[in-house]
Amino acid sequence: MSILAYNGAAIMAMKGKNCVAIAADRRFGIQAQTVSMDFDKVFEMGPHLYIGLPGLATDVQTVSQRLKFRLNMYELRENRKIKPKTFMAMVSNLLYERRFGPYFVEPVIAGLDPATFEPYIASMDLIGCPMETNDFVVSGTCSEQMYGMCESLWEPDLEPDDLFETISQALMNAFDRDAVSGWGAVVHVIEKDKVTTKYLKTRQD
Amino acid sequence: MMSVPNMMSNPLSDYQAPNQVSFSPYEFNGGTILAVAGEDYALIATDTRLSQGFSIHSRDSPKTYPLSNGSVLGCCGFHGDVLTLTKVLGARLQIFEKEHNKPMPTPSVAAMLSTILYYRRFFPYYTHNIVAGLDEEGKGCVYSFDPVGSYEREVFRAKGSASAMLQPLLDNQIGGKNQQSYKVVPIPLKKCVSMVKDVFTSAAERDIYTGDNILISIITKDGVKSEQFPLRRD
Repeated sequence: MSILAYNGAAIMAMKGKNCVAIAADRRFGIQAQTVSMDFDKVFEMGPHLYIGLPGLATDVQTVSQRLKFRLNMYELRENRKIKPKTFMAMVSNLLYERRFGPYFVEPVIAGLDPATFEPYIASMDLIGCPMETNDFVVSGTCSEQMYGMCESLWEPDLEPDDLFETISQALMNAFDRDAVSGWGAVVHVIEKDKVTTKYLKTRQD
Repeated sequence: MMSVPNMMSNPLSDYQAPNQVSFSPYEFNGGTILAVAGEDYALIATDTRLSQGFSIHSRDSPKTYPLSNGSVLGCCGFHGDVLTLTKVLGARLQIFEKEHNKPMPTPSVAAMLSTILYYRRFFPYYTHNIVAGLDEEGKGCVYSFDPVGSYEREVFRAKGSASAMLQPLLDNQIGGKNQQSYKVVPIPLKKCVSMVKDVFTSAAERDIYTGDNILISIITKDGVKSEQFPLRRD
């Protein structure tokens, strides 16, 4: 079995009208055995910037910490907030430094531009090859299910409330057909002047 | 026999890897099928693409097969096995009809298909199967099978290459999963047909083995009606 699927995860991000959302499941397991249901895989990297890291749990935490360090150094040196696209390049660079012994994470980035509040989403493979889209990105052990859900439910210019409902339904119904992800979920809806974080109660099997 | 000089220059010359021949009896030809059981109808839909690897063999090869008793078999996976299995099943149904002077009821077709599949337990037909029809009370019925004959009666089921994309959406939209205070009722035919078109269009966006057209077969007490709908062809 792939090491990327050792712990199990499901993460997606979606664009809306002047907002973005990022959602993730909360399971931490070792293959089929669930160990905990309050595991964080989405990390706040700024007031309007989040990164989701599905993959090997040890690498999830290492990568999130090393990214936070690099981000702090960047913002101290530049004395300004990072743009989501610059942050994406930073993640990509960190992952490609381990081209031949990679971190087993496939990140999802969601945020708003600190100056223009333009929505931004992107995803990446484990060696940092980026993909920017205008609709949604998915990553994790049930990506096929997530693609099926997103492709049918997503539409352009969703308002924050509708975006929340869309991403929640897309994520929940996708990971309910995956044995190694689920057990609760978290959704962040990022708007210009607020971020709404909600925890979803889902089926526990 | 090895000669001494040869032994000096290459002492392992006699120890070559044994000759091996390989034969891989299976191919994957893609295709997606989807069936829904309604109150007084059953619907079964298929795409019409037949592929192998990155190439498309046919854009007009539906994977649903009308059976002589009025029900419809959906069958995809390895097309060679699909052809053999449909032939065997057709023959068995004819034998039954000659012996009993009546068509075989759909639940019995399902039971028989299960034994046909299990007969090949250790060299299986590489096919994913769904049988859709009406039961003895005239209600819509859908039976889904794994390649070795494990089967179950269900209300809706997607099989084949895009099944992972379709099934969670059906759970949500027909099964009412993750929707609070949603009452699960049998889905009306019109709503079902438009939803099937939607989900196949979505699957065709992402799955290279699903595309070209969908063929929707609707089974009612008046017989089988079919409808075609275009999908993307790239």
